[in-house]
Amino acid sequence: MAVAAITDNYAGERLDRVENFHGNQVIYIGWDYHLMFCAPVAFAISPDTPFDRLLEELIPGAYSQHPEFERIDWDSVQWILNGEAFTPELDASLAAQGIDHKSILRFNTPGLGGIQGSGS
Amino acid sequence: MSKVYLALQDNEESHYIVEAVEEDNPAVTVIYQPAMIRMENEGQMVVRRETVEEKMGRDWEVQSIHVNLITLGGNVEEDDDALTLSWND
Amino acid sequence: MSPKKLSLKEKYSLLTRDLEWEYSYRDYKEIFPQEEFEGIKITDWSKWEDPFRLTMDAYWKYQAEKEKKLYAIFDAFAQNNGQLNVADARYVNAVKLFLTGVSPLEYQAYSGFAQVGRQFGGVGARVACQMQSLDELRHVQTQIHAMSHYNKFFDGLSEFNHMHDRVWYLSVPKSFFDDARSAGPFEYMVAIGFSFEYVLTNLLFVPFMSGAAYNGDMATVTFGFSAQSDEARHMTLGLEIIKFLLEQHPDNVPIVQRWINKWFWRGTRVLTLVAMMMDYMLPNRVMSWKEAFEVYFEEAGGALFKDLARYGIEMPVYAETAIAEKEHLSHQAWSIFYNYTHAAAFHTWMPNEREMDWLSEKYPNTFDRYYRARFEHWREMERAGERFYNPTLPMLCQTCQIPMGFTEMDNPTLIAYRQSVFQGERYNFCSDGCKDIFDHEPQKYVQSWLPVHQIFQGNCGGAEMEDVLAGYYRMNLGTDNLDFHGSPDEQRWNHWHNLQTAAEQMKKAS
Repeated sequence: MAVAAITDNYAGERLDRVENFHGNQVIYIGWDYHLMFCAPVAFAISPDTPFDRLLEELIPGAYSQHPEFERIDWDSVQWILNGEAFTPELDASLAAQGIDHKSILRFNTPGLGGIQGSGS
Repeated sequence: MSKVYLALQDNEESHYIVEAVEEDNPAVTVIYQPAMIRMENEGQMVVRRETVEEKMGRDWEVQSIHVNLITLGGNVEEDDDALTLSWND
Repeated sequence: MSPKKLSLKEKYSLLTRDLEWEYSYRDYKEIFPQEEFEGIKITDWSKWEDPFRLTMDAYWKYQAEKEKKLYAIFDAFAQNNGQLNVADARYVNAVKLFLTGVSPLEYQAYSGFAQVGRQFGGVGARVACQMQSLDELRHVQTQIHAMSHYNKFFDGLSEFNHMHDRVWYLSVPKSFFDDARSAGPFEYMVAIGFSFEYVLTNLLFVPFMSGAAYNGDMATVTFGFSAQSDEARHMTLGLEIIKFLLEQHPDNVPIVQRWINKWFWRGTRVLTLVAMMMDYMLPNRVMSWKEAFEVYFEEAGGALFKDLARYGIEMPVYAETAIAEKEHLSHQAWSIFYNYTHAAAFHTWMPNEREMDWLSEKYPNTFDRYYRARFEHWREMERAGERFYNPTLPMLCQTCQIPMGFTEMDNPTLIAYRQSVFQGERYNFCSDGCKDIFDHEPQKYVQSWLPVHQIFQGNCGGAEMEDVLAGYYRMNLGTDNLDFHGSPDEQRWNHWHNLQTAAEQMKKAS
């Protein structure tokens, strides 16, 4: 719908266009059923970043304080990209596998139910 | 039927208003909470100037209820003689 | 012989309606250029009713009386060192959140009502807006006066106005009002006058303020109730606006319903902050957020919408979701602020055992099952000297701007994710309510100033968190932020009351 406005054809400036991030794009990462981290986390990184850098740096940096983090079996992790099941290619860049600006990448770790199984 | 409600600051003046409301609305429920008094009634509640004046022993203008009022719920009708709250069910 | 005293009705008629004049040499549309563009149809402004029939002379008289009472209490509070008598120093953090998050909204409301009042062709509406505008200015002034006393003794209050415009969590209330004020005059009235004032502010000003009294804070309860005495008039005005719009033209009904849906949802999201203030920041508790929501939304709002059903108005579309969320809201909000207290200008803490038991009792369906284990784990981490802080910035909702900490009500441990694509760009939301609002007016919400994205874009003082927090936000790091335990606030409080901190007790024992 158009905005009801006093000027015709009202259009707003898109504040978070990818061009505004100095060569980076924003991605969000969420670890399902681990609400000790209250919300998904946000990163501004290059679209050329290979996926395995997420596994080696970004995800441990964000989540390693969780007592279950060490126990994650990364081979059995289920990935969800923008609501769809997703199989990452570790060597390929984010851009090359469709992880675009403001994408949400979730991971689910079967068997790990959070602190005392509370989803935390 | 829905409840209308009126909450007043818990102070000396309000105590007379509450007494008057209790007299004019026998079914009213009065709930004392920290620093406030909440009155609830099914459908309707009336604050009558004459009754309040009788309790206070002096003149009282209906509009001066604003000084002690905290909140209310219901359609408001106010004139020189009364403040009325009601729901149309 | 003294002149006959005018009745309320006569006085109201002379001092409001009679102030109007015929527009003889300018076109009506030139004088009121914003009256039509929202699609609202007004056929007869004279049908506008102010049930309180308040005129300016009576307004000044009663407001002056309220102010005298209020300032007598402020004076007594200051002269008696009232700050020493609050339940404990943790409580003051609710005051900090109020001053930084709510008081600036009063100023926005003052400005907003002055602006929209000018736009209405009906004199009754203009006079009512003028009074409300003055009320709101009084509220912001009295709140600053009341809380300036706390600023002499506690941290985190000194830069409230600067912070309101910049700090990440304060973008939530700020953007709420920016959204209302940048809408047309009728939407503003439905947003603030009705949805916010009538349906929601009771939850802030009544049970929370009663709680302030119960925690020994006479200054706050008094400005709160004094403000709320004006709100009772605003609520009545808000209800009259709705009835007036619905009676003017049937075409107004769907527009008003959409605004009610939107602003009910926007309001419940803003009140997330109040939920946690009630359940976590009042050391002496009067009622839980859930109980307050039941009384002031489900019961009072239910009665209201039943009354409006004759116009074809229904309950706000996501009322059911909001009702389900009452079991979770405060716990999820407290989790968010506990995660990010290192970036906040107030302190958080883990509830003690007695407080956790109270939460279990008040939230039998949710607290033990979903939240207690998390909180106990955090408490263990703190005891081990590793107080948990989330090291990464959170994802925010495009509409309400709150970190995405809300969960699916049919699966309360799964974060709710919603997404829209507009002009090739993804936009993310915490809820159906927030997504709907965006989808209806994407050109408005693509402009959201999301604090996390602004930091990434380099617009908030620099790349390091210290640049953002100390420089751009003006937080005193190590003083305003971090856990209550170990804070200068706690140390001063203990010193005043000859108490020992947990750390000192440990030291003595060893």
